[in-house]
Amino acid sequence: MIQLISASSLRRLGILGMNRRNIGLIGAYNRRKNYRIADNKLETKAAALSRGIPVPELYGTIEHQFQIKMISERLKARESFVIKPAQGSGGKGILVVSKRNGDLFVKSSGVQIDSREIKRHTSNILAGLYSLGGRNDSAMIEALIDFDPVLKDHSFEGVPDIRVIVFRGVPVMAMIRCATRSSDGKANLHQGAVGVGIDIGTGQTVCAVQHNRIIAQHPDTGVVFSQLKIPQWQQILDLAASCANMTGLDYLGADVVLDRLRGPMLLELNARPGLAIQVANQAGLRHRLARAEEIADLTDDQDEKIKLARESFSLPNVTAGQLALDIL
Amino acid sequence: MVTSRAQVVIIAGFLIFLGLGLTLYKAINLGFPLLPGEYQDVWTVETKASFRPSTSSAVEVELTLPKMLAGWTNLDEHFSSSGFGFSIIDDHADTSLMNVTRRARWTRQSLDRPTTLYYKMQLYRVTDASALPDFPILNPVQPLLEPDQQAAMKRLVIKLAEKSSDLESFTSLLIQEFLRDSPDQDTLFLLGSYQEEPLTVIMDALAYRGIPAHQIRGIFLEDGRRRQTLSSLIEIYNGESWVIFNPRNGVRGLPDNFFIWQRGDGTILNVIGGRNSSLEFALVSNSLPVKTVVGMGQRSEEVNLLDFSIYALPVEQQGIFKGLLLIPVAALVVVFMRILVGVRTSGTFMPVLIALAFIQTTLLVGLLIFLGLVGIGLWIRSYLSHLNLLLVARVASVIIVVILLMAVLAVVSYKLGLDQALTVTFFPTVIVAWTIERMSILWEEEGGHEVLIQGGGSLIVAVMAYLAMSTQIVEHLTFNFPELMLSLLGVILLLGKYTGFRLSELYRFRDLADK
Repeated sequence: MIQLISASSLRRLGILGMNRRNIGLIGAYNRRKNYRIADNKLETKAAALSRGIPVPELYGTIEHQFQIKMISERLKARESFVIKPAQGSGGKGILVVSKRNGDLFVKSSGVQIDSREIKRHTSNILAGLYSLGGRNDSAMIEALIDFDPVLKDHSFEGVPDIRVIVFRGVPVMAMIRCATRSSDGKANLHQGAVGVGIDIGTGQTVCAVQHNRIIAQHPDTGVVFSQLKIPQWQQILDLAASCANMTGLDYLGADVVLDRLRGPMLLELNARPGLAIQVANQAGLRHRLARAEEIADLTDDQDEKIKLARESFSLPNVTAGQLALDIL
Repeated sequence: MVTSRAQVVIIAGFLIFLGLGLTLYKAINLGFPLLPGEYQDVWTVETKASFRPSTSSAVEVELTLPKMLAGWTNLDEHFSSSGFGFSIIDDHADTSLMNVTRRARWTRQSLDRPTTLYYKMQLYRVTDASALPDFPILNPVQPLLEPDQQAAMKRLVIKLAEKSSDLESFTSLLIQEFLRDSPDQDTLFLLGSYQEEPLTVIMDALAYRGIPAHQIRGIFLEDGRRRQTLSSLIEIYNGESWVIFNPRNGVRGLPDNFFIWQRGDGTILNVIGGRNSSLEFALVSNSLPVKTVVGMGQRSEEVNLLDFSIYALPVEQQGIFKGLLLIPVAALVVVFMRILVGVRTSGTFMPVLIALAFIQTTLLVGLLIFLGLVGIGLWIRSYLSHLNLLLVARVASVIIVVILLMAVLAVVSYKLGLDQALTVTFFPTVIVAWTIERMSILWEEEGGHEVLIQGGGSLIVAVMAYLAMSTQIVEHLTFNFPELMLSLLGVILLLGKYTGFRLSELYRFRDLADK
């Protein structure tokens, strides 16, 4: 028998459903002309740089098919890099090269590929294979994140990123997304990455889920998620909240990575953030969104918004959440 | 200011009530049947009389119009006569034939180019009774033959008469004789010396034996035929009653799909002042509910509303609309499955196209063909991905591969005698190719699991859309009450504002229940 939850208890928990997200949030709050800046990672990067928001270094872009021939030349000096589509969605089309082995490139999974494979991948990106609506796209080559050792072992062969949902400039919910073997090094929950809910107030983990089911340990590294407390939490929230102003999007998901040397950096933005974050936090978004609306009506100051958000969305008893993890 | 939600509710409510109201009006006041009941094939026969003018003299074209025999009824007829004087003549001369022969006559003072005249009628069969009315029995006139023909005819008739027990079996044997691959010496000689069709020889042989006989001319009704010509049957008097034989196969009785144009001799098309005249027929069949057919003739004059219904269109276009009007139902199924249930499909409306193909192929065959095509296509596509091609070229290659697969499947299945697989051509090639491409990318990117989920979701939605579209009552309602589309539109608008949970989300968020 398939186990289901009743619609009334979902309503009581304040869970946001896909239909309501599409109509009540994305449709109502996000103007379509503002999508571009979030959908195109090159534009996101440019806008972030102009506002002094740190981003991973851009090595170069490839916009035309003929440029692919020179790609080996351009990559010669780079020991590690990431190639991704500027308008990709859902983590599609991201190729991570973590080191070189002579003429060969070593992917984060350890698989070695040659330059032909790299060219083929880039060519697919340009043809729009990984892009929203199959539009022609450009490929961007950027620096591989050297992520903070605190997060080591929380992710299997991939960079863990921190997703913060920001509503009208108020951070409402956050999770850290950790790659697993089954997600092939990608930090996408849809593909089997682990989502770990994070308390907005403290940066402390709340609960971890994989494939929408609660787990306690990383399936590959065995690390226990309840031990983690995200460093530089205030800066991360601050960075995420600034993205609301930058894009004009009232409902967005900011993906932040924590670099060992440079601290929090904006990786990408999402104008249609998914709903799995609710399971990872064991909490619904609707109550929080209602409170965020109050906060946004109350003040326009970003610091004030974050302060109120940290007070409002801190779990009344974080240890209770921890307990839930410990029991498992 | 009215919120967008209120606007949608108002518009949707208006559309739903308008659709239902019009439907009820048609059902109650105009007597359109709400339930399908029995269906009736209505044939549209378009007659084309073509000819070249021979001189600059006056042209007169006479077309003998068919008598409605063997249970057929004429629903509607229409003549095109641009530039011609036109009249219908009731020919009373032949009073012995019980009813009157009608002729259409086109006249024109001069004509300088080849011309085609049209006569269109809509027919349906009220009863299956194939009994024909009485026909005057005339003693046959002995054919005028050369002495050697006479001798050959005599030997043939005596030989067949010895083998047969009565006049009917004689006729049957006679026809078979001319159908044989290697006929008798006498038969061959007669055919050679007559320099005519076997039918003429057969008629002469019947006359030689003294059997009253004549031809019946008419059309074999075949749906979609564009250049059908007149065919003949042979009717003989066996001493008690008239019996019909089909000279194409020697079978007794009136074929079911034969429409009698003229019984007995006489020309059907008579052109004065013209040459190279020919008569051709275009045929289309359409299945309509009996009650609608019966009412159509009477109502069309009374109610103007019907002039704006689908029935006002030529029958060929009606057939196309019959398919088109089903698509909103399939779209509703897709909307329902995606918004309320939360099934993931590859391509939003791809399932609709697949479902449309299923209608032509039938479900099981369609599913097998589709799975076969996509399966083999994926296998070939996985090789193409090694070749490092540009996307557009690769999809184009997949399209060609899909067409090749379709051709191979069609030829192989035809040779094996599996005619059903020939319907493979109804699958939209480009859509199948894109499906293969998407599935292949999905496989590489997210693994076979996701392919199964999305592919399975697409197929489930396609099957449900097919089941909805192929239900007889749905077919009946959409075609006879196209205004129901307004109601569908209203429902879809309302669903577009649905903010509740999807069925799949009750499963997705199941772990939240513990708290």
